[in-house]
Amino acid sequence: MFSRFLTSALFAGAVAGLIAGLLQLAFVQPVLLHAELYESGQLLHFGADPNSTQPVLPGFNAVRDGLSLIFTMLTYTGYALILLALMSFAEDRGASIDGRTGLIWGIAGFVTFHLAPGFTLAPEVPGVAAADVGARQVWWFATVAAAGIALWLIAFTHNWLLWALSVVFLAAPHIIGAPEPESFSGIVPPELAALFAARTLGVGMAAWVLLGCFAGFFWQREAAHD
Amino acid sequence: MTSLNHAQIQSNSPSRVRLLTALFGAVLGLALITLTGHVQASALHSAAHDVRHATGFPCH
Repeated sequence: MFSRFLTSALFAGAVAGLIAGLLQLAFVQPVLLHAELYESGQLLHFGADPNSTQPVLPGFNAVRDGLSLIFTMLTYTGYALILLALMSFAEDRGASIDGRTGLIWGIAGFVTFHLAPGFTLAPEVPGVAAADVGARQVWWFATVAAAGIALWLIAFTHNWLLWALSVVFLAAPHIIGAPEPESFSGIVPPELAALFAARTLGVGMAAWVLLGCFAGFFWQREAAHD
Repeated sequence: MTSLNHAQIQSNSPSRVRLLTALFGAVLGLALITLTGHVQASALHSAAHDVRHATGFPCH
């Protein structure tokens, strides 16, 4: 049982994390590097001369980008462990877990870990104004927990009262609001910040859907060896 | 003696093992995400900087 759990979580997390890392390097990193030119002052938004939208960006950096790949794989392995814990818990209660139903689990994971916190605490490009990081982290964890509980209640209960409660859990963090900076002092063009947020969420969704699919697939596959 | 055997069987029952495995996995996963995404130690923050931004974790 334990090896089945650990093996499927490691496989699913590593593969989905590797794909997520490569997608981030391809689609998110160029926007991040571009924004850092503004953050570091090499480019000045609304300076004397207009800036090109296509500056020369630093190329592939083996150490920096290699570390990013490793940390993305670790992050998605962490997601996979949590996801498979919930999947096995649900399977014990009659849910069917495989690669196909895993897709839905993946979407739910994306909503829980990326979309719900990102709905109010939008993914931040380097160089934007933000409130104290500790306060934002507390809000992030609380929002993820609330969204996760809400989606579980929607999926696995058949009770109007609990469904209503799940709506409260989904909405409350955003009605209460996330910690905000006292003033806006972002020095990165809004075009870049918007593109960064969109790319981050898009890559997150693709990676999470794959993670759910892989987790369900390996869970079934490893059952044969259990 | 009978009750002891009964208790031993109970404590190792498949559903309890599954539950403990799931609980252990969830805690381990949460610890991993906290480490890669949230701990503010300088070396960790530098190494994971791009990932934290690109994954939507609060970074700075």
